[in-house]
Amino acid sequence: MGSRYRAWIMAAAAFLAAAGVTAWSVMASGPQVIKITAKRYEFSRPEITVKKGVPIVIEITALDRPHGFSLPDFDVRGDAMPGETTRVVFTPDKAGTFDFLCDLFCGDLHGEMSGKLIVTE
Amino acid sequence: MVAKITKRDFLKLAGMGGVVFASGLPGFNASAQTAGMAADDFHFVQLTDLHWGFKGPMVNPDAEGTLPKAIAAVNALADQPDFIMFTGDITHTTDDPKERRARLAKAKEIIGGLKVKKLYFLNGEHDAAIDKGEAFKKIFGESTYSFDHKGVHFIALDNCSDPKAFLGEAQISWLAADLKKLKADQPIVVFTHRPLFDLAPTWDWATPDAKNALDLLMPFKHVSVFYGHIHQEHHHKTGHIAHHAAQSLIFPLPVALSQPKKGPIPWDEAAPYKGLGFRSVAARPKQVEFKLTEHPMKKA
Repeated sequence: MGSRYRAWIMAAAAFLAAAGVTAWSVMASGPQVIKITAKRYEFSRPEITVKKGVPIVIEITALDRPHGFSLPDFDVRGDAMPGETTRVVFTPDKAGTFDFLCDLFCGDLHGEMSGKLIVTE
Repeated sequence: MVAKITKRDFLKLAGMGGVVFASGLPGFNASAQTAGMAADDFHFVQLTDLHWGFKGPMVNPDAEGTLPKAIAAVNALADQPDFIMFTGDITHTTDDPKERRARLAKAKEIIGGLKVKKLYFLNGEHDAAIDKGEAFKKIFGESTYSFDHKGVHFIALDNCSDPKAFLGEAQISWLAADLKKLKADQPIVVFTHRPLFDLAPTWDWATPDAKNALDLLMPFKHVSVFYGHIHQEHHHKTGHIAHHAAQSLIFPLPVALSQPKKGPIPWDEAAPYKGLGFRSVAARPKQVEFKLTEHPMKKA
């Protein structure tokens, strides 16, 4: 690579950085979107793996009746309603395995409707 | 975070604040309940989590027989309680409104076999969450109320008619008004179905807005909460407020967060009815003292 070409690349990079392109790129890729459905007495994804520090949006829809989606360790929750999509938005700030559950009483085996959020470093 | 209380801690805590509790602990003699009782002393019984209508032979092959056995056991107590409190999940949930009413009515009929006729009822989520307490209230009455008995103020709070288990602003306002007339040294007993603290939120063993109730109760020196829901004996303190869960009359559940999934403990053929039972509470209001006795269910 010639020195003139390298200088041009560096200048272009400097220009793009100054123009905020790096930030724009991150925003364009957006948060990680996870789509799940809920029905008695299960979530379509009993395990969800995400990365620490990366914003996530959980889009949840109920297939049969109202359910809840609750992640007590991150103090976030949302109602999952039939025919609607609810977005639960947060950024996991700690790594580990955390339980999520239906917190809107839905019937006989309501207490067993849960799953795991795995947050990796 | 859940603070675990060892038996030693429990005795130590119990000795504080003028309140003494005993609950199946070494050295506690149930007969002491009646020894040297003053005129205002009394005892009541707590029955919880009957789940009438439940079917599951792997966890209780005698689902229809356990409640009548418990009724007979209470009737056989040498000293009959002044009253009996049912702290919810009297019936097991069903989607069918007709079946729900039938289960509630049948449970009430069986409960009618108790010798003691002064009965108080509170709903659990199985009784009330699907129809927001409508059928329960028709058959058993209101689920938020208070009453006084021999110097103790008793309060029933409903944290189950809301499917998300909130007490709600209306009930908190009612509680504030109810407490307003009381002095700070008034002994108070609160009944709920679900715990009024974060025992295990990931197992749904909590009440999301419990803090609003505890904040109102905190200025009172002598407060005890008796609840059900977790199908096992458990004791905890939030500041000076004591919380006591009682055993179920249908199936036991595991210790909070002791296994990946919450689920009933299977029936033990070698020890039938293990983990099931009811509780009696001996109250000495003048000494602000309660003694708890757990009565395990037996085969007979």
